[in-house]
This record gives sequence, structure tokens and C-alpha cells, in this order.
Amino acid sequence: MSKYRLTHLEELEAESIYVIREAFTQFQNPCILFSGGKDSIVVTHLAAKAFYPAKIPFPLVHIDTGHNFIETLEYRDELVDRLGAQLIVGYVQDSINQGKVTEEKGLNASRNRAQIVTLLDAIELNKFDAALGGARRDEEKARAKERFFSHRDEFGQWDPKNQRPELWNIFNGRKQQGEHFRVFPISNWTEMDIWQYILKENIPLPSLYFSHKRDCVKRGDSILAFSEFINLRENEKVESMQIRFRTIGDLTITGAIESDASTLEQIIMEVAAARQTERGNRADDQRSEASMEERKREGYF
Amino acid sequence: METIANLTGDLLRFSTAGSVDDGKSTLIGRLLYDSKSIFEDQLQAIKNTSARKGLEHVDLSLLTDGLKDEREQGITIDVAYRYFSTPKRKFIIADTPGHVQYTRNMVTGSSTANLTIILIDARKGVIEQTRRHSFIASLLQIPHVIVCINKMDLVDYKQEVFDRIVNEYNDFASKLDIQDFHFIPISALHGDNVVNRSEQMDWYQGGTLLYTLENVQVANDVNHLDTRFPIQTVIRPHSDKYHDFRGYAGRLVSGILRKDDNIVVLPSGMESSIKAIHTPSGETNEAFAPQSITIELNDDVDISRGDMIVRKNNQPNVEQDFDAMICWLGNAPMNNGAKYAIKHTTKEARAVIKEITYKININTLEREENHTGISMNEIARIKLKSTATLNVDAYRKNRSTGSFILIDEGTNSTVAAGMFI
Repeated sequence: MSKYRLTHLEELEAESIYVIREAFTQFQNPCILFSGGKDSIVVTHLAAKAFYPAKIPFPLVHIDTGHNFIETLEYRDELVDRLGAQLIVGYVQDSINQGKVTEEKGLNASRNRAQIVTLLDAIELNKFDAALGGARRDEEKARAKERFFSHRDEFGQWDPKNQRPELWNIFNGRKQQGEHFRVFPISNWTEMDIWQYILKENIPLPSLYFSHKRDCVKRGDSILAFSEFINLRENEKVESMQIRFRTIGDLTITGAIESDASTLEQIIMEVAAARQTERGNRADDQRSEASMEERKREGYF
Repeated sequence: METIANLTGDLLRFSTAGSVDDGKSTLIGRLLYDSKSIFEDQLQAIKNTSARKGLEHVDLSLLTDGLKDEREQGITIDVAYRYFSTPKRKFIIADTPGHVQYTRNMVTGSSTANLTIILIDARKGVIEQTRRHSFIASLLQIPHVIVCINKMDLVDYKQEVFDRIVNEYNDFASKLDIQDFHFIPISALHGDNVVNRSEQMDWYQGGTLLYTLENVQVANDVNHLDTRFPIQTVIRPHSDKYHDFRGYAGRLVSGILRKDDNIVVLPSGMESSIKAIHTPSGETNEAFAPQSITIELNDDVDISRGDMIVRKNNQPNVEQDFDAMICWLGNAPMNNGAKYAIKHTTKEARAVIKEITYKININTLEREENHTGISMNEIARIKLKSTATLNVDAYRKNRSTGSFILIDEGTNSTVAAGMFI
């Protein structure tokens, strides 16, 4: 073995830091889209490294659906404090009050789709020309074709058939007025890479990722955290379960898994043995086979 | 599924290319399936689709179908990336489709690859597409090539067929610039020699495809001789603690840098020495490609994005006039005399096309002279001149400092992939 050799995690880290620095230098006004999930936490961690010993030279943007886990918000505020970063919050409730979106009704109502409007508004209002996010190509088949630098037209839409070819590590961030880019520094990471990196770097995570007791509702194959935003159906009941979350999104759509994994090592063992993809219990992806692609075209993350 | 043990393994990026019916998607599906990289919900989805289509077997090629348009039309658009890993290594597959935009897609997917898999249908032997694919692998200087002779089940797993194709391929490949070849007889459909050793081909003593992918030596693919450090950005914290800190951040694309090394900044020619090297894991005395680092120098020199730090006794060419091979990617053809933006490492300038020296007929590999324009998917040798000096090496010597892209300033599209000669 050569002495000058990087492990796969070190090579992914080097690549991501390079991409983050390119985004910073090629755009006037970038930001990090911060969801509170592990992927955007890793992107933020990498951004802090990319500019060390300076602070992250652009803000974190959080789209608040109003249906958040309280643990996510606490973690967010603590992280921003620790990094000395700037935080900008876009509220879906504001978009609803302004009449820009209509709140979904019914048993499966969620604000997942509504946040597209709030996100695009936040980008426009703050004149962001690049939004860095934690999407990974292994997550979902529409994302397998994403670029590191992903062009969005002035309506924030993605055109998968007309993407710029990305050659070597040379990124083309040129754009017309009003257009913007989504930048995905961890495109090449898998769910396992993320967990291994969190372990290696000892990155703190929201407690939601670890096994805990919670009031839940079983719906179809999913286990949802019970909250005031969940409308119980007939025959459904609230029960206390030992669970954790594999991904973290909105309260109304993020499915939990029954688990006793309470340390990072145990989580990694569990992920390694998992028989279902991590988005397999995301209600938002299950609406139709192409639902992620459709939301992405509209400007979803 | 991936295992927890994989913390010391390295990374192999490989590309695959092929036309619709040569079994490429089936091969990737097989590789993912047999290496247990498929989740139950993914498998269930393709089982359902296979059944809906009236197929008797599970169509593994469905695993690599990405977008809605593709699923509807049954074609693959552009490059898709797949991931899997074994206890030895993590793999990134750039899966590029065949059909019309073959060349453009393959060039894109292969530009970062250490290895490419060339598929040959055992019934057909070396065909035009094999030659095209191999030529692009050679042009892009992909260090390792695995030639998979597929559909061996349809030729009764005969050694003569395999041997004949290997000879045929070697005759042709001797004209190309590829260092490392492997030949493997496989059946992607039945799984012979993909992950599991074939019981039908005792005569084949070599490794399976997965074994070969796991064991190809990639550490030496990185150039550790020629130190090239293009500056991405300058880090100035302006904080009390780091009041005088001035860090030059970028990716060390080739070579090695050590603390106290004497360096030269290009294009200014100013000299200094290295005071400190910061990596993502802290300060170090030695950095090597392809690490992302930040360095501090002992002197206050004027350095900005686009400059390059190198060693005094090993410098790239600082030039404005270039000979290059290009693959044209744009919808509109390139014309002699046209101007474009050029991006090379972290530097940007404008460039004018001075001459189209010749085009390469990608099917016969012959040179065709007297051309005034280049269309999409065509490959040509050109002369170009840039408005500012660029710090370049021949692509053969250095894939990072030897490569560039051209951008149409009207549409902002990336229209060419270029390699300096």
C-alpha cells in the first residue's frame, strides 16, 4: 500500500470541500439549505472545514414547515451558535398566510410540497444565486442523475434532459440574471458513508436519530410520530413505542423504525443490515413512482 | 448491504458504456444484485415492473433506469451514478447510455474514471462501437480497461470464441494508448464470472469481474511526481485569534507539498516557502494529491484564485497558444475563428479557435483534414489561443492540469471537453 493513499471517506471529504469552495468562489451569494437532517449536518460540518479557521462565509437557510420536531429546532439553534454562523428561516406558515399556497387537507395532509414555494421565495428574497444542499445520488433514482452544480431556471425548475455535462472537476456555474444553482457537495456519498463519517468525526446529531420511547401511530407500513398535526383515522390508536428515525423531515411524513440502536456503532450495524432503503418509509416519496422527480422539477430540493 | 468494516478501503470510480442491447444495464444490475447492494423495496419494485411487462424473469436492467421519461420511453438519458461497496473498496459507477449522444456521454462519464468496462457481445466480436469506446478510453487516458466478453451463454461458453475475440481486440488495441487491460468471459444474464465464478467455464483461470474491480491497483493512478496546487480561494478570518492568517485554499491535484518546501507562484514567478499545511484533519507536515488543503507561506506574496503553486524545478508550461484534442458537446457546431470562455483548473479566460487541424473519424480512427466546423459528438485536434496565460501540462502527463472546458458565452452551456497535447 502506498503511503500516499486516501481512504474512501477521506477522498469523498476532499471532493466535497473542493465543491463547497468552488460554490463560494463562483457565486455571489450562496447559502446552505439546512434541514436539520444528518445530510445537511454533514454538509455544514464540511463547510466549516472548507473555510477553517474562518467562519462559514454564507448563511444557513432553514425552511420551517411549522410541523417540525422540537429536537430539530433545538439542535439547529445550538449548531448555529457553536459555529457562529448566520441563520435565515423561511416560514411555510407565512406563504400560507400570504395566500401563495393552499394548505393540504385530509388525513394525509402534509406541508412537504408547500415548502417548495417558501424555499423559492427565500431564495428570491435574499437574492441567493446558489443553494448548497445535502442531496445524495444514492438516495433516489431521480437524484442519481444530478450534477454537483445543478442549474435552475428563473422559475427554480430543474430540467433533467438539459443538464450541463460535468467534466473532470471543472464546474460551470455561469448563469443568466434570475437563474440560480443548487450545489450538492455530497453527491457521491452513500447513507453508509454519511454514518461512517459522523462516527469518524464524532459529529453531534439530533437525539431523534437514536432509539427513544415515543407516542406513535401505525399507518399502513409506516410508523408516524404522534403530534397535534396527525389526524387519527378510525381504528388507529396512539401507542408508546421504542423507535428512532433514519431520515428527518416534517413531523407528518417522517416514518420511524422500531429500533434499540442508541449509539452510532449500533446505528451503523443496523444500517448495514437494513433491507429497506432509507427513504422507504418517507410518505412523500411513496405518492407515485416518479414523485421525487416531479417535485424536483418544480424546485424541490 | 455495505459493511461496517469498510473504513480503510479506497475508492474506485469506473464507467460503463454501451448500446441498448449489449447487456450493460443487466451487467450493472447483476453486479449490484449479486454483491447484495439491492434493498428489498428496490427489488420488489423491479419485480412488480417485470411482472407488469409480462416477463418471466426479474429484469435486473430495470435497476438502473432513472427518470420518468426513460421509464416511459425505455431509453437512458445522460450519465447516471450508482454506488456499491464491498469490504475491500467503495465503487462509483458512471453509467453512460449508448444511442445517439454516445460520445458526449461517455466522455463525460469517463472524465473522472480510473477504469472503464468495455462490453463485447460474444456473438458479434469486436464491432464499430467497441472501437469507438476503446478510442475514447485511450483519449481520456483511463488507466485501466476491463473488456467483458458477454453473453458467453449464447456461444456455449466456448473458449475458442473468447480467445478469438481477445486476439482480435489486441490487434486493434495495440494502436491505442492504454496501459492496463483485463479480459473476462461473462454472462451478465446468468451471473457467470460477474460476482460468482462460472461453473461453465473451467478453462478461464482469471478473476471474476468483481474480484478484478476490487484488486486493480489505483493508488498509482494519482500523479505524485509533479506538484500542482491551483488556488481556489484565499482564507482570511479577520478574527482576533487569526488576525494575520492568510491561507491559500485548494485541491492539490498532483504531487506532494511539505512544510518548508520552496515554491513558486504562477504566473507571477514570485517565490516563497511553506509555513504551514492544514488538512481537513488538522495541521500536517506533508500533503499529497488529491487532498483539499489550505497552506500558509512565509512571505507576503500576492496570490489569488486561478494562480498555481508549484516547485521551482518542476513547472508546467505557462502559455497562451495551445494544441488540444477536443470532444464537441454543444448543440450548435464549433466554427473556426469562434470565441468561447475557457475554464482550466481554477482559472478562467477567453479563447479563440485558430485552426481545426483534423477531425478523427471515430469509427475508422482515421484523420480527416480540411474541416471548418465540428459538430456534436465529434472529436478533433485544434489550435487555440487564450486571452490570459494558463499553467498547463500535457493531458497524458496530468489529467487535471491537462484538461479544460469551453463555454458558450451566449447560452452559458458547456460546449467542449478539451485535452492539451
